[in-house]
Amino acid sequence: MLYREAGQFKTTYAADQQIFPIRQDRIGIIALLVVAFIGVPLFASEYWFSAILIPFLIFALAAIGLNVLTGYAGQLSLGSAAFMAVGAYAAYNFQLRIEGIPILVSFVLAGLTAAGVGILFGLPSLRIKGFYLAVATLAAQFFIVWCLTKFPWLSNNSSSGVISTQKLIFFGHELTTPVEKYLLVLSVVVVLALAAKNMVRSSTGRAWMAVRDMDVAASVIGIKLMPTKLLAFAVSSFYCGVAGAMYAFCYLGSVEPDGFSLEMSFKILFMIIIGGVGSIMGSFLGAAFILLLPIFLDVALPFVADLFGLPFASATVSHIQITVFGALIMFFLIVEPHGLARLWQIAKEKLRLWPFPH
Amino acid sequence: MIKNFKPALAAAAVSLAMLSQTAMAAEEQFFPLIDYRVGPYGSNGQAFYGGFIDYLNYVNLKEKGVNGVQLTYEECETEYNNAKGVECYERLKAKAKVSSGPIHTMSTGISYALIDKSAQDKLPLAMMGYGRTDAVDGSVFPYAFPLVTTYQMQASAIIKFIKDKNAGNLAGKKIVYLYHDSAYGKEAIIAMEAEASLNKFTLVQVPVAHPGNEQGAQWLKIRQEKPDYVVFWGWGVMNQTALKAAQKVGYPRDQMIGSWWTGSEEDVVPAGEAAKGYMAATWNVSGKQVPVIADIEKVVYGANKGNLQDKAKIGTVLYNRGVSAAVLSIEAIRKAQEKYGKGKAMTGEQVRWALENLNITDARLKTLGATDLLPEIKTSCDNHEGSGKVKIQQWDGAKWVPISGWIEGNKALIHPLFQASAKQYAKEKGITPRDCSKEK
Repeated sequence: MLYREAGQFKTTYAADQQIFPIRQDRIGIIALLVVAFIGVPLFASEYWFSAILIPFLIFALAAIGLNVLTGYAGQLSLGSAAFMAVGAYAAYNFQLRIEGIPILVSFVLAGLTAAGVGILFGLPSLRIKGFYLAVATLAAQFFIVWCLTKFPWLSNNSSSGVISTQKLIFFGHELTTPVEKYLLVLSVVVVLALAAKNMVRSSTGRAWMAVRDMDVAASVIGIKLMPTKLLAFAVSSFYCGVAGAMYAFCYLGSVEPDGFSLEMSFKILFMIIIGGVGSIMGSFLGAAFILLLPIFLDVALPFVADLFGLPFASATVSHIQITVFGALIMFFLIVEPHGLARLWQIAKEKLRLWPFPH
Repeated sequence: MIKNFKPALAAAAVSLAMLSQTAMAAEEQFFPLIDYRVGPYGSNGQAFYGGFIDYLNYVNLKEKGVNGVQLTYEECETEYNNAKGVECYERLKAKAKVSSGPIHTMSTGISYALIDKSAQDKLPLAMMGYGRTDAVDGSVFPYAFPLVTTYQMQASAIIKFIKDKNAGNLAGKKIVYLYHDSAYGKEAIIAMEAEASLNKFTLVQVPVAHPGNEQGAQWLKIRQEKPDYVVFWGWGVMNQTALKAAQKVGYPRDQMIGSWWTGSEEDVVPAGEAAKGYMAATWNVSGKQVPVIADIEKVVYGANKGNLQDKAKIGTVLYNRGVSAAVLSIEAIRKAQEKYGKGKAMTGEQVRWALENLNITDARLKTLGATDLLPEIKTSCDNHEGSGKVKIQQWDGAKWVPISGWIEGNKALIHPLFQASAKQYAKEKGITPRDCSKEK
């Protein structure tokens, strides 16, 4: 019904290979972008920007980063939060030590720094695989946090190790309101998401997937394992690094190394598992699920409790929230082990065949 | 359709307006409680915020609020997580903009994240015994209040206590600073170093990685160093582990002095016999002998409006600390009402002024029934701390016993450190400090 493609003919290869080959999808995504760029800033409240939309976009970006590495190149990593920390501290130091450096440049440099560190910790992936690699990336998680605590230079000799980010100056204009920060984050995320989508559709992405599916076979057909794996680590860490820089600058405003804990790495990992391993859209869906559902439950549960006249203490609400959240994760994994993105894909297939879905 | 809808909408709007008017008639002072009751430090939060809420209810029940203004609150659970703390702050902000008591987060990380936001939104942020300690300099941090005392002043007061025990001379002594390797543990280093060079004792720094449930190597080092004292900055599970480890290597516990986050019942009871004789700093005494605590139990729990599920927590160090935080907050509301109109709800801006002009004398504390619950406090624009005094208490195996009077840290040594740090912050952020001589 919605997805009737009758009359949409492709006459060139380019038309056939575009990201959204179906016209309805193209219209949908343009509408979505218009809403995100124009509609949301007009109507959303400050709470929505600072507490929901900005963290959602930042974590979606980090999830894309991890998805490149784990979903596409098949290298399990538990160090995403650490790479975010590298990005956050790098951006802070670039801003601090280079006079007048534009904020976007320092974000990119932060991403590159994280990419460098990522390559370093990706080296073990040449020899070890699977769970063993996960343990090796766990080392990155602990080492980087330790390193940021150990060397006071990295936090500009802050007595507590906590850094407080500088002002966001964008072409001479200081970004102070949540709307402006949101638009900055949104622009960065849109550009990087598009880049990621194109990367995974290119020969690089196909090489990653070949390595993921069977690395011996991949090397037999002429894919060099080392550059492929390390590139995946670099790109993934770049994304996490930029996400980390924005996490510090656009979201919290001050970060400490301990904030980038293993728990956060797991959270990002859960995002891609719930959202869909090996899917860019899954990263967004997963981030939304993991980040927004607890907040939604937090707000909704007291209402429900009031409705039934149950006396809920705030601690009880938190406990119930955790339980319900856990149950929902299990529910979605049982219904669709390949994540929310796959669920959406199935729905779309059915819509295309409407009214005769099989 | 729309035509039919319009009158309904208008009616709804009118009833809404009436509703808000009735709400306005009964003045209410709102407290945004960005708290935690679950998660790794949940039990600490339960005691602290239990005390805080109990005192709010106590004022509501006993005096019908502050000059008739009822105290209300809304809780939001942070689980001691910075991102959740920010989410909670944003959620409660809309309500807090109408009227707001001081915000207590009991988390250094969340305070750091809120310090810029709260100044922008003109909401007062209280950080009693944690947080960004250079906010003592109110010229740079108008909306942040590290009330009562700070880590650095505490470290200095502990050194003073040791010095007094050693006939005023620490030259040639050796003191180990055993600390949780995090923002919290590192804050006090700068003060310890300053004290070491002033008093000519040797300072040995021994960090413990989070969470600190393995301290074999650290205590081996301490045994080799044979220090005269161990000053101890622990957190959570690290505290009991340190006490047990000290017992194992035979280090006398009565030469160990902890910070105020290592000196609650939760820290020493699990260590059992090993904790006996151990000392810790505190700015509030424990126990129900404090009149207001006993009265809270009678009035609030008598009316069955108590917040604690586990009544045994009443009178513990952290519960009393929560009450002391609430006492200060309510005194600030009173002070604000004196200036801006009695019987009215105060905005964050008005409460901020009051927090900066607090003057709580011993006589006032006595009327409140809070004698010795906290030290005298007098704040000003250039001193958002207001006191800088602690007591040293000792665990006798069953309860904490205060063994000293109020000890003030070396203000002349420590406060310039704050000012230097605040100045650097102002420069980084492009803040023009207020001129404190022009504030009144």
